[in-house]
Amino acid sequence: MSCMRKVILLLVLLPLASIFARTDASASNDRLLLATTTSLYDSGLLEVLIPPFEKLFNLKVDVVSVGTGKAFRLARNGDVDILLVHNPTAERRFIKSGYGINRREVMYNDFVIVGPPTDPAGIKGSEDITEALKRIIRSGSTFISRGDESGTHKKEKELWAKAGVDPASGRYMETGQGMGLTLRIADEKRGYTLVDRGTYLAFRDKIGLVVVYEKDPLLLNPYSVIAVNPARYPHVNYVLAMAFIGWITSPEAQKIIGGYRRADENLFHPSAIKEQPARK
Amino acid sequence: MEYLWQGLIKALKLIVSLDREVFGIVLLSLRVSVTAIVLSALVGMPLGVLVGLRRFPGKRLFVTIVNTLMALPTVVVGLLVYTMLSHRGPLGVLGLLFTPAAMITAQSILVLPLVVGLTIVGITGVDPTVRKTAVSLGANELQAALAVVMEARYVLLAAIIAAFGRAIAEVGAAMMVGGNIKGSTRVITTAIALETGKGEFELAFALGIVLLSVAALINTALYKLQAGVR
Repeated sequence: MSCMRKVILLLVLLPLASIFARTDASASNDRLLLATTTSLYDSGLLEVLIPPFEKLFNLKVDVVSVGTGKAFRLARNGDVDILLVHNPTAERRFIKSGYGINRREVMYNDFVIVGPPTDPAGIKGSEDITEALKRIIRSGSTFISRGDESGTHKKEKELWAKAGVDPASGRYMETGQGMGLTLRIADEKRGYTLVDRGTYLAFRDKIGLVVVYEKDPLLLNPYSVIAVNPARYPHVNYVLAMAFIGWITSPEAQKIIGGYRRADENLFHPSAIKEQPARK
Repeated sequence: MEYLWQGLIKALKLIVSLDREVFGIVLLSLRVSVTAIVLSALVGMPLGVLVGLRRFPGKRLFVTIVNTLMALPTVVVGLLVYTMLSHRGPLGVLGLLFTPAAMITAQSILVLPLVVGLTIVGITGVDPTVRKTAVSLGANELQAALAVVMEARYVLLAAIIAAFGRAIAEVGAAMMVGGNIKGSTRVITTAIALETGKGEFELAFALGIVLLSVAALINTALYKLQAGVR
């Protein structure tokens, strides 16, 4: 019995001690909390982009990868220091309402429409993306949507609005899942879906879907970095956030972005450095 | 189907090679869930014993509420704790969001109803003569209660095992308040969710097998403990 008592005492004390030990470290000032989207995180780019920054400033960047909607929500509550996201409309709203400051464009990649190799809706060779989307609905083909208010889903809704068709009038399914699982579902259902090129390349060998429409200017997917406004939340790590913005828009980081490849293709195109920065 | 097989091979490789990242993830999972279980047992078991032994008005309502709370969705618990710990929430100044402490808090809340509810079941199931006999032999209130607890120890252990299973297997709360931060708050289940999202089904399966192995180890230890108390 006495042996068991000791075990129980240890079980109680050890974890309690570890909680408090942990609390101190996490509140330190050399930790930058970055919220980003799952599609970017899953691409693996941050794993080569962040370590040099951590080394340069001798700090730790903690990355929270969530859907775009949740990333904005976390930032609006002051729970992260900086955002790296891809939805210009939501970004502008975020800044206009005073939560964000110092937005800089970092890079872009693009969205593509993938579907079965047989292309039952015949969208290959459509004049533009709106025409392609209309053909999918009119032909009665299945379109699989993320349906989760992610950056990709918001982009998709913008495209439907531009095309002037109500997708619900066709065979339209919302998965409410991440991009990877949505691709799997589209594959199983032999449907079309909108996907960022990076995620598609990561999944290309595992699914039977191919790119059926790409390269429309409307399909560009720009990523921006935004600091959480310290006027709104004095506790945020603003100095480090600005250091990160400086780093990710620097020639060194932009070179890393441009050189990052997966499946023998460049995933991102750096866009921060311009001879003539745009006037706001 | 083939990724099931490949997942098994990968799991063996991960376990044998003691992959450092996986090792850290497993340790954190254990630390978070074991601490949560200990905390909720410290609160839940005395409460369950008290409720189980006493009669009081509203007891049936209390038990119904506890049993209902066993169905608490993990994401809802995550949201609740997030709301408290967010910088906009009442406990925001503590800066606990996205730390293991936040995950421990969430999992403690998650399993508390399970611990309380099963303790009540265990205590209620003990033959009432046990307590009466103890009292007739001169035991005071506390000693009589201890006699009942000892009688109910198998069910109490089952409560711990069930609570541990729920805690270590849950992903919603850990993801919401931990943030799945690499090297800091990533546990086995959030890693599984991440790898599944990335399409790394083999690795996700492998991690699932690792989780089950860890659970098997813990349950064996608890079983030994039970045999020791007999």
